[in-house]
Amino acid sequence: MIRLEKRPQPSQAWSLATPLVAVLATMIAGGLLFAALGKPPIEAIRTIFWEPLFGEFSFYYRPQLLIKGAPLVLIAIGLSLGFKAGIWNIGAEGQYIMGALTGAGVGLAFYPIEGWYVFPLMILAGAFGGWLWAMIPAILKTRFGTNEILVSLMLVYVAEQLLASMSLGLLKNPEGYGFPGSRNLQQYESAHNAELIANSGLHLGVVAAFIAVIFAYVLLNRHMLGFHIRLTGEAPRAARFAGVNPTRLILFCLGTSGALAGLAGLFEVSGPAGQVSIDFNVGYGFTAIIVAFLGRLHPVGILLAGGLMALTYIGGDIAQSNLGLPSSAIQVFQGMLLFFLLAFDLLTNFRIRLGAPETA
Amino acid sequence: MDLSAINPVLLIASLMVAATPILLAAIGELVVEKAGVLNLGVEGMMIIGAIAGFATAVETGSPLVGFVAAAFAGAALSLLFVVLTQIALANQVASGLALTLFGLGLSALLGQSYVGIRPPEMGQLYLPLLSDLPIVGPILFSHDIILYFGIALTAAVWAMLKFTRVGLILRAVGENHDAAHALGYKVVRIRILAILFGGACAGLGGAYISLIRVPQWTEGMTAGVGWIALALVVFASWKPWRALLGAYLFGGLTVVQLNLQAAGVAIPVEYLAMSPYIITIVVLVILSADKSSAPAALGRIFHASR
Amino acid sequence: MTDPLLSLSGVTKAYPGVIANDQVSLTIQPGEVHALLGENGAGKSTLVKMIYGLVKPDSGEMKLNGAAFAPAEPRQARADGIAMVFQHFSLFDALNVAENIALGMENPPKMRDLARRIRDVSQTYGLPLDPSRRVGDLSAGERQRVEIIRCLLQDPKLLIMDEPTSVLTPQEVGILFETLRKLRSEGTSILYISHKLEEIRSLCDAATILRLGKNVGSCIPSDTSARDMAEMMVGSALKTPARSTRSFGDSALEVQNLTVSAPSEFGTTLRDISLTLRQGEILGIGGVAGNGQDELLSVLSGELSTSPASVQLNGHSIGHLGPNQRRGLGLLSAPEERLGHAAAPDMSLTENAMLTGAVREKLAQGGFLKWGAARGFAARIIEAFDVRTPGTENAARALSGGNLQKFVIGREVLQNPKVLVVNQPTWGVDAAAAAAIRQSLLDLAAEGAAILCISQDLDELMEISDIFAALNEGRLSPPRETTGLTVEEIGLMMGGAHGMEVAHV
Repeated sequence: MIRLEKRPQPSQAWSLATPLVAVLATMIAGGLLFAALGKPPIEAIRTIFWEPLFGEFSFYYRPQLLIKGAPLVLIAIGLSLGFKAGIWNIGAEGQYIMGALTGAGVGLAFYPIEGWYVFPLMILAGAFGGWLWAMIPAILKTRFGTNEILVSLMLVYVAEQLLASMSLGLLKNPEGYGFPGSRNLQQYESAHNAELIANSGLHLGVVAAFIAVIFAYVLLNRHMLGFHIRLTGEAPRAARFAGVNPTRLILFCLGTSGALAGLAGLFEVSGPAGQVSIDFNVGYGFTAIIVAFLGRLHPVGILLAGGLMALTYIGGDIAQSNLGLPSSAIQVFQGMLLFFLLAFDLLTNFRIRLGAPETA
Repeated sequence: MDLSAINPVLLIASLMVAATPILLAAIGELVVEKAGVLNLGVEGMMIIGAIAGFATAVETGSPLVGFVAAAFAGAALSLLFVVLTQIALANQVASGLALTLFGLGLSALLGQSYVGIRPPEMGQLYLPLLSDLPIVGPILFSHDIILYFGIALTAAVWAMLKFTRVGLILRAVGENHDAAHALGYKVVRIRILAILFGGACAGLGGAYISLIRVPQWTEGMTAGVGWIALALVVFASWKPWRALLGAYLFGGLTVVQLNLQAAGVAIPVEYLAMSPYIITIVVLVILSADKSSAPAALGRIFHASR
Repeated sequence: MTDPLLSLSGVTKAYPGVIANDQVSLTIQPGEVHALLGENGAGKSTLVKMIYGLVKPDSGEMKLNGAAFAPAEPRQARADGIAMVFQHFSLFDALNVAENIALGMENPPKMRDLARRIRDVSQTYGLPLDPSRRVGDLSAGERQRVEIIRCLLQDPKLLIMDEPTSVLTPQEVGILFETLRKLRSEGTSILYISHKLEEIRSLCDAATILRLGKNVGSCIPSDTSARDMAEMMVGSALKTPARSTRSFGDSALEVQNLTVSAPSEFGTTLRDISLTLRQGEILGIGGVAGNGQDELLSVLSGELSTSPASVQLNGHSIGHLGPNQRRGLGLLSAPEERLGHAAAPDMSLTENAMLTGAVREKLAQGGFLKWGAARGFAARIIEAFDVRTPGTENAARALSGGNLQKFVIGREVLQNPKVLVVNQPTWGVDAAAAAAIRQSLLDLAAEGAAILCISQDLDELMEISDIFAALNEGRLSPPRETTGLTVEEIGLMMGGAHGMEVAHV
């Protein structure tokens, strides 16, 4: 009989090892899945994890890694602050859309005026849009005690409808021959989030993601607010006792994660995506949840996890075109990763013992 | 705009159809939460039920077999939640999210070859005389059997919780798992059974969407119904009959909204389509003042220590 | 001599890192009240859990009526006539009395019949109880009655009672003892777990004493002095805290007509509380658990805010201030629950030192944390209060109850409070640590600090406090000087026998 025994204190070693073990287990289980789909498992895994980094066309894929990883990291950093405090914003997808809408909206409002001030204003507007969208669950939670999980999620569907409405209506390109979607911001210089170094994938969003990582690291490890966030997650009553104002903490965590998700949306819409369109959002807001957990809610971990998740996206695309692996298989693959992570996390806090159970 | 195209009798009948998936999933989740477990994976279990039911019905030609398969598929997915939360003692919120993300992906993978197919039709109840009655007939006596099953399930869960020993034990486990354990009840076993029941119900609800309500398979077709079902449990203050009432309200809302779209009301389609979600939020806000009926151990991890 | 009802010999149970029971033997005769005596952590709970089937012994044998007895689960133990009244954790607040009782029975009758039987039994044994009331609304004494009646309905041969009097007023203790004596006269054996020696001397026929998991002796309580039993239990001569005569200064803390509605559903509303506490004075507040102790602490610590003037520190209105502002002014506190309220279980001692020490010990500057200074502060607490732990980076939950409590109290005492509020400072703590904590409070008062000590341990309050008041259903009795107070007077201040207006046996 196997039984669990709580460790006197969490194991540091396992805390670091679980993500790696989870990735390995996912590779094995994913390989089995691919085999079941009639694809060569080892070849598929190699395509996903090796090809983008070191394959023949890696010069093309490596920049993609930054482009896909940046929004994931940016959003996940914000989410991790709330998750640490037991505040569950799962509507980052909606905040991402709103950031893109408000940011792009401001940019398009200036069209065709060129000016240095346009893009900074768009950045502010993008962050503000995401922040505002996250403030809805935050204020409802603090004023009425409404569950933020459900509200933030419902708002994703609302945001998706707003996105559709905007790309068909208000923000539709007047010169677009009636096709849905806004003007392409890549062709509007002042509003274009261009690459800082050509073909490197390095745009302002990537820079913002790195800054967010550093900011979160300092906040959590060196600042009273970060200490209060951790304390609230570990022991809410002790946090009250330590003088934490829960209302302010909820507003801060949800607001920050919303603003970061909004920023991610703005950088995406003004850069890689280029325009507001019905299918603008591709689920970064949800995948970022996996990234946050895979990175153990630690800023540096999130950076690595964001890179890994970006890898599976790109590798998945390659596997799709080379091996005909369905795109949903990658989604399953990412889901598995979260499963294994949560399951193996047990080992951080518990020891597994073999022996007779103490209770029948 | 032509509101006269809306037939009130058909409206009520289709309201009941629209409500059934929400009701099934909500009743299942209600039992799970009464046992003290918060499973946020309802959406994932529903969509898995939707594709499993659809695929099985298409392959066997029998919608009923499809529903049975859907229940099994939902329960099977919830088994993953069991492993995570009851055995590996993982955080229930994170595990529920994992279940939903995984379910959405897996259903898309399984459903690739079923896009665009029509499922076999489910027979409708026909009672001579009763079903032919004007107004009452189409509303009450001309539905598929699963719809009646949903109502019967509500009654059964209500009676189980209120009158039976099993119900009492279930409530006790959800109220204070340490005390239940001290009295010798198998907390984990009871919770596992509740979670599996919830999974089966969500699976049925999902299959109802793909086999009867739509009926077709498209990726991500549950479109948040699972989340609405979760909200409904809060709305219902963990009481089965109120869940039924709530499901009919939401069902009504969906149907009215669709009818208005069809009738070409001057409100843009997108705003009509977002209304169920907004109203869910409004209802949650109104009801969140009263938390007293929530099971006290909801979402807390149980580990039998010394 | 009759055959024993239950006999244990050589029972051993080990947990990783600790042997909870080492070769324990025990014999209970039919119709005997048998005391199981020992400090916290002596292994009493583990032993009774084995008898009740919650835990399986590693070795040794148990016999019930001469036949081998190894209950695999509580259900089986109950079927064999063993019933247990728990100290904590076994009632369901949201369910009513009858439902709670039904859950503890093997084959409960229909609810209506059960309600009638509950009324019958509660009348017979002088424990009035309404079967349809919600348990969450009952007082601590009434909740205990639910547990006792749950047991009595099964006609037990052996009734196990785990620290039953810790939640009762002296009057209620008297009533309970009458019930237990009546049960004994009917032939029921009782295994009575306690560390309160006078109780055991007045009630029990035999006693087994445990220390660190081992049998260290047995005695006939009525023939043995409390002091001798205590020394067997503790293993060394007891040290009573030294109390110097103190002079009191000006008023330090003043509470005026404080009324606060209950912060949670099953909380207590504080009603019209007034008190004055002078420098150098220790005010002891007694009362049965659940009569507003937690709420009073929250109001004083700043976790619950009130109108500014209802709490005053050195003449300044502070009712509206948060915990850290109050700390800045010199009002510190230590809540009852160590794990999760006074300390964060999974955080290190350094982080827990930061938890309340940031303001007064200047562990933060401009919002940025000085971890080095926090580590130094934690080390000072560990040093000064003899906290047994490998180091400052250990998680709080890894410490034993007594050591963590020393850390929690030490953390506040070392910050030189002007006023210190503590709730249950020695709850669940071994005698040596408890004595050290009490001494530190006395020393702090001698230096001129005002101390408000909330406790359910009357002996403790009599030992350290200068004045005494009792909380009863959210009201505070008028304070009285401790010297010269009798047990009866204290009991009446605590509300006498709660809900016992109905005549009993």
